[in-house]
Amino acid sequence: MLMLHGIQIDLISEDRLDNMTSMEKVRLILENVKEGTIVVLEKGLDPEEQSTLIEYTMMEISPDGFSGIEMETYPAKDGHEGLFTKLFGKKKGKDRRLTVIGPANQMRMLKTESDFISAFVTSR
Amino acid sequence: MKVFFRTRKKFKTLFKSFFGKKKAKIGIYGPPNAGKTTLANRIVRDWSGEMVGQVSEIPHETRRASRKEGVTITGDNGSSVTIDIVDTPGVTTKIDYHEFEEYGLEKDDAVLRAREATEGVAEAMHWLREDIDGVIYVLDATQDPFVQVNIMMVGIIESRKLPVVIVANKIDLPDSSPARIRSAFPQHPVVSISGLEGDNVDELYEYITKNFG
Repeated sequence: MLMLHGIQIDLISEDRLDNMTSMEKVRLILENVKEGTIVVLEKGLDPEEQSTLIEYTMMEISPDGFSGIEMETYPAKDGHEGLFTKLFGKKKGKDRRLTVIGPANQMRMLKTESDFISAFVTSR
Repeated sequence: MKVFFRTRKKFKTLFKSFFGKKKAKIGIYGPPNAGKTTLANRIVRDWSGEMVGQVSEIPHETRRASRKEGVTITGDNGSSVTIDIVDTPGVTTKIDYHEFEEYGLEKDDAVLRAREATEGVAEAMHWLREDIDGVIYVLDATQDPFVQVNIMMVGIIESRKLPVVIVANKIDLPDSSPARIRSAFPQHPVVSISGLEGDNVDELYEYITKNFG
């Protein structure tokens, strides 16, 4: 019987992410990445979520099992602060851009530029 | 009752701000092998004659955040500040024990080191969210600063509105490039030093006395 070896890629829309709590996002990412899935978020995590992701990633690492994540995102766009930012100190999430997350033992970032990410992924 | 507790808390905070000056806890953060413990030892030795931790070429030698309390630093202008120095494990998103075996560690030791390192990184992130008042972010000036973990960490520090100085360390090495670090983080002050040799650390002390009081 022919066995197919492939890599699953989950692309998660901004709309779906907006309806999730921070912990739901972190759990979704880790549960999928631990299974070998590459997760692409249309809108990246905020700094608090990134901090939580690092912390929870560390808790999930095990010898000869999950060794952590590889993650890349486009840099935040430079721009003038609008009235909204000046008044409320929020950037309305515009600095959170497309983010690619995968298992550290399967994914290598080849090139990251302000508008281009290239990654190399191997199957397990 | 709630109003009573809230009012009491407000009074306590106000009282503290007038009379009980709290020492700022300054976290030394950065990726593994950037020279964080070497710098922590340098600062603490220069100002209190003691040490914070061991250093090693094997990554993740520091696997627990360690605090040295009450270090008084005096700048060239005569002003001084008393702070707690918190040396933290190198922050990363991945730890594989096989990496330690490449440095000659036996499997059991490598696995133990990896487990302690993961706990240490999680602890360091927790400290950053809960207990740190300012950050010295240390980078190895011979390495590419444009890596995701640095971008993320600086973003996390910015979001918490913590004062930060970026240290371009290891300028004693011939292929160091503090300019590359400046171009990566133009929004923050960058001080070029050699924590090992002590080159230019006075500039860092000057910055600390002015900004971390």
